[in-house]
Amino acid sequence: MQIYLPIAEMSLNVFLLLAIGGGVGFLSGMFGVGGGFLMTPLLIFIGVPPAVAVATQANHVVASSVSGVLAHWSRDNVDFKMGFVLLIGGLVGSTLGVILFSFLRRVGQIDLVINLAYVMFLGLVGILMLVESARSMLRRRRRSGAPRKLHQHTWVHGLPFKMRFRKSRLYISALLPLSLGFVIGILAAIMGVGGAFLMVPAMIYLLGMPTAVVIGTSLFQIIFVAANVTFLQSVENQTVDVVLGLLLVIGGVIGAQFGGRLSAKLRAEHLRILLAILVLGLAIQLIFELTRTPENLYTVAALAPGGGP
Amino acid sequence: MSRPGAHNPGPVLVRFATAWLLLFGLAADARTEPLVADLSSHLIAITTGFTGTEVLLFGATEGEGDVIVVVRGPETEATVRRKRRVAGIWINTGGVTFERVPSFYAVASSGPLEKVVAPEVRAQQQIGVEHLQFQAPGDISESRLRRYRAALIQNKQQAGLFSREVGKVTFLGERLFRTSIYFPSNVPTGSYMVEVLLVRDGEVASAQTSPLIISKTGIGAEIFEFAHNQSALYGVVAIIGALVAGWTAHLVFRRI
Repeated sequence: MQIYLPIAEMSLNVFLLLAIGGGVGFLSGMFGVGGGFLMTPLLIFIGVPPAVAVATQANHVVASSVSGVLAHWSRDNVDFKMGFVLLIGGLVGSTLGVILFSFLRRVGQIDLVINLAYVMFLGLVGILMLVESARSMLRRRRRSGAPRKLHQHTWVHGLPFKMRFRKSRLYISALLPLSLGFVIGILAAIMGVGGAFLMVPAMIYLLGMPTAVVIGTSLFQIIFVAANVTFLQSVENQTVDVVLGLLLVIGGVIGAQFGGRLSAKLRAEHLRILLAILVLGLAIQLIFELTRTPENLYTVAALAPGGGP
Repeated sequence: MSRPGAHNPGPVLVRFATAWLLLFGLAADARTEPLVADLSSHLIAITTGFTGTEVLLFGATEGEGDVIVVVRGPETEATVRRKRRVAGIWINTGGVTFERVPSFYAVASSGPLEKVVAPEVRAQQQIGVEHLQFQAPGDISESRLRRYRAALIQNKQQAGLFSREVGKVTFLGERLFRTSIYFPSNVPTGSYMVEVLLVRDGEVASAQTSPLIISKTGIGAEIFEFAHNQSALYGVVAIIGALVAGWTAHLVFRRI
């Protein structure tokens, strides 16, 4: 059954879209990530214009983060103070990101920048996760060594504007979460992701937050950053397709429930290795796409004739 | 989802059209109208279930001659960019912007174009994709222009918006003719011109143009209009919708 998407201006199969939403939702429920980094490339792959894919995905992230954050809130796993500081950086960063997005789209380089950003960050995060989970598996086997410190002290703890985050048991400079939110906000706007796959490792390794509050807090701030991106993309580029978004949300929430149930049966290290392999696989696929000789060397960007239906 | 009536007007409509044309043809005899033609529909509505559609063109000629049909969509600007390998990666470099590029273009003919119509006439009337005269302003070398023009046509053909082959105009008997024009699901909206030419001895003997409007209707059109006319409000509604959807999902699945 085909459905005409009013903003993407094309017909796609309803069940294909529900399946994509469900499949990505399943993985996101299993691994506890938003799945935007999988959804956006998949949408582009089935022919949705990149600009529409990125903007619509931001709207989808709002929906999936809300249901996620409510679940974490009921378990008291959200550090709101940290969330707000990240959020301020995130709002500024994502606003800049949307402006950058429009500019790159005008000069015809947006596809390249989206792909390069994906390769770089998926590769980086994939390798980090693989190393980390391999190390923790080894540690479990040996069952030796000194108990792990809460966090290591480095130069970042010498920065000014220190703030106390009770729930995260941290006393760190506010500049750190501010700039983290800012950088990930830019990427969220350009890549059409919530940024949890970057935010979560950064919060654990860079800020030294306890793992329990990390996911809830990152989801909390992602809602607002994604909402900001949705709003700005609507105003600036008119590329948010609510029909597409709705279909992805329906598939997504159902898939996430099944994924969540499966993840309860698997060990955390195994889950992380699986996710790392998935992320690296996607990065390698994108590198292949970028370096392979394209079938058609030319691309055409047409301006809408006059606009209006 | 497809409504058979909309896709294939069927024999009833053809018979009706034929009868109507015969009457009209007789009336036209007195005024010796050499060519009359009309479309089965002057409005294509893009609804939520739109997957492309066919429009029937039918008509009658007076005396000898071949019939050529040219369909043109609204003109746009189009930028063609070429990918080049830079440090191992294929990236877009140098672009050429063409003006007055028809967003849709299709040709149908009752005989092979080369035999039916003289080359000068084809060039002058822009019959066939190779004769489309879109220009690129600025200082661009002739060979570069030719390459980019060919690439533009090829991309448009791949998207199904320029016809790859010349369609068939079939004669029913001596004077009545018909052809069908297919519009794919990604067809751009706007006002189209359908030009019908009667050709004798390689020259255009008579011509007639009919307008055709392609527009979105129903909920899809309203969403599109809302997104473009009140984009800030649209953004807010999209966010609220997503918040409600996420909250509903949380409530539903907490119980299970």
